[in-house]
Amino acid sequence: MPFISSADADKNTYDVIVVGSGAGGGQTAYTLTMDGARVLMLEAGRRYDPAVETPMMQNNSEAPLRGASTPEKPFGFWDATIDGGWNVPGEPYTSASDDPARQFQWWRARMLGGRTNHWGRISLRNGLYDFKPHTRDGLGFDWPMDYPDLAPYYDKVEMLIGVYGGDDDLENTPRSSKGVLLPPPKPRVSDLLVQQRARKVGVPVIPMHRAVLTTRLDHARLPKLLHPGNAKAQAILAADMQKRSACIWATPCGRGCSIRANYQSTTVHLPPALDTGNLDIVTDAMVRAVTKRPDGKAEGVIYIDRKTGAEHRVKARVVVLAASALESVRILLNSGVANSSGKVGKYIMDTVGAGIGGQVPLLENLPLHNEDGADFGHLYSPWWLYKEQLAGKLGFARGYHFEFGGGRMMPQMGTASGLEWLNGGTYGRKFKEDARRYYGSFVYFSGRGEMIPNEDSFADLDPKVKDKFGIPVLRFHWKWSDHETRQAAHMQKTAAEIIQAMGGKTSSAPQAGDKAIKQGGVIIHEVGGAMMGKDPTKSVTDSYGQCWDMKNLFITDGATLCSNADKNPTLTIMALAWRASDRMLDLMKRKEL
Amino acid sequence: MDRRTTIKWMLAASAAIPSLRSFGYTPEPLARDVAANQAGYGTDPELVREWKPGGPWPLTLGVQARLTTAALCDIIIPADEHSPAASAVGVVEFIDEWISAPYPQQRGDREIILPGLVWIDDEAKKRFGKTFAALDQKQKIAIADDVCSPAKAAPQFATAAKFFAKFRDLTAGGFYTTPVGMKDIGYTGNVPLEKFDGPPLEVLKKVGLA
Repeated sequence: MPFISSADADKNTYDVIVVGSGAGGGQTAYTLTMDGARVLMLEAGRRYDPAVETPMMQNNSEAPLRGASTPEKPFGFWDATIDGGWNVPGEPYTSASDDPARQFQWWRARMLGGRTNHWGRISLRNGLYDFKPHTRDGLGFDWPMDYPDLAPYYDKVEMLIGVYGGDDDLENTPRSSKGVLLPPPKPRVSDLLVQQRARKVGVPVIPMHRAVLTTRLDHARLPKLLHPGNAKAQAILAADMQKRSACIWATPCGRGCSIRANYQSTTVHLPPALDTGNLDIVTDAMVRAVTKRPDGKAEGVIYIDRKTGAEHRVKARVVVLAASALESVRILLNSGVANSSGKVGKYIMDTVGAGIGGQVPLLENLPLHNEDGADFGHLYSPWWLYKEQLAGKLGFARGYHFEFGGGRMMPQMGTASGLEWLNGGTYGRKFKEDARRYYGSFVYFSGRGEMIPNEDSFADLDPKVKDKFGIPVLRFHWKWSDHETRQAAHMQKTAAEIIQAMGGKTSSAPQAGDKAIKQGGVIIHEVGGAMMGKDPTKSVTDSYGQCWDMKNLFITDGATLCSNADKNPTLTIMALAWRASDRMLDLMKRKEL
Repeated sequence: MDRRTTIKWMLAASAAIPSLRSFGYTPEPLARDVAANQAGYGTDPELVREWKPGGPWPLTLGVQARLTTAALCDIIIPADEHSPAASAVGVVEFIDEWISAPYPQQRGDREIILPGLVWIDDEAKKRFGKTFAALDQKQKIAIADDVCSPAKAAPQFATAAKFFAKFRDLTAGGFYTTPVGMKDIGYTGNVPLEKFDGPPLEVLKKVGLA
């Protein structure tokens, strides 16, 4: 009985309670159950089944408002997110400042699998420098580990979930071990033009890494590598890998994938974990707090059944918070545990985001061909100015990468709109000709950069406001430093140079950094708030996410990250969760938990 | 149309007066109001089903407004050798759905579109003594030429040009998202493929990449 009721959960006993079912929770539950631990997973949102709920192949005229985004579906109607967004009805958060530049926008998805159902699937590794940023430039914090500690887990996660990418080995942009990655998709024509012209600006362009199956997973080889000596786990994983299809090169990934050709916790982590018989899941279970035993260890958690409003208590040997970085922070603050350092809620980070688009005459009226590919992200530009930066030539301390795209993608509301800047404003036959001419000739560049943790960006509990469950909510404090705003300006300026090198023009002029930078939280890469470290007085957990103050309480989401490299954090969260879970298994076997 | 509906429209028209008056136009029974408490499709709409305009929330355009909308869509996207006119593929219903939606963006657009529809009929009557939909092609073009370019429009047409640009964006969005619109504009994707081949050689040659 994998999906169980609150009443059943109350009766059972578990080795581990995992709060959250996304990248961190999914990986934790997977690793633990495959090795025999009995796990109860609590998810605050509803049960979700991508096999029957994913809108595969629908076009935008089949959606209300042609699929355009609304406050109820911020990424458009077909987006996989359920009961989620920057505003969740009945579950507010507050901001300490009225100034929009000092506010943080908090994205949540209340559904099984969380935001992994809709995410961009970009799966980049942190590099050597990214674990020792303080040592390198004196800013931020070093991690209590190095790249070689996590590299084997990056390999494992990539083999399990399926990641395409190239074998480039650039500065601070490590390659995966041989035989780990799937082949990258062929570049689109706009990708190749960017690659050719970016070279003139000095910007490298290489295959992106994304969690999309460009070929089926090798079910004969991979399970043995992932679960050596564990025949049951190998058999379960081999069977499940055979149920995952390769990409059919159609229908956007953000809708989720009913054929399981990309990574979502619900299609990759949870099915094999459930097949072990060791995983029970309670959905609509909103965790309020971690409970404490008389000896100071974690006893379990209190949660509220979203449907009945009733409060439940469950117990286990180990409690894992993987509720998303800031929801885990909220649970810790509301529990009053694991905070002798005073660092819970401190040093929250998002990714620096700024972008610019343009139109390229060379790409007009090209012979028709299908450009859907793997949705987006066939190529990207990793950060390239490490030496100049270290020499202090840039005015900001950390790097960024470019995600870019173009081509004739599935038409949506914006496809032939706002053409006045190109054609002055036409109608009739001329407008239809213009629409054909310009369609597919646009390119966009999204810079995604590292934010340095600072004393002004943190979350605490709002002294007054509670959510509809009566749980105190988070209050955000936020400030970008000059490092981030200067980086944002550099993103726009450089992207504009690439567009110009392509013979194109930008649709708007590059802006000053404080105008170019997106609001905190908008990129939805929020991490930190319960940092790992070597010193219990200055950090919340050790490198395994094990809380210093409560040895049987672990954190396996983004809360423990000491820095937020420009590499999108999801792959790192999964690698850390796998490593933490191995540690839990080890300590449980040694009866130390 | 039954009497009750007629009365509702009359009431709706009077409720809409403040926003219309601010543009300086005489209102007529144009559209029913969007209820202040009108719900959207929610945060968990069923995705695997067919959705049609009028499904998630009621449409509101009146008969005359729909005629004007159809005529204007078809001036912007007329039939040609590639595809039919916008009104033939449901764009009028789409625009009605859009401006009847309870979300902030759409409520804002409604405040541009409804007065714009009133303006263009008034302008047609002023110049040619008929509503816009009743004009011949040459007459419609005479008006469209004055308002189609926000940058070049004469000062007295500046507001109307903004309306026209918004209306053009909605028409294009409504049209090019349909199967015939996607085919016309050159989208050949959304079909399952065994493998993805990337751009053909002739494409690479044209761009100077082969």
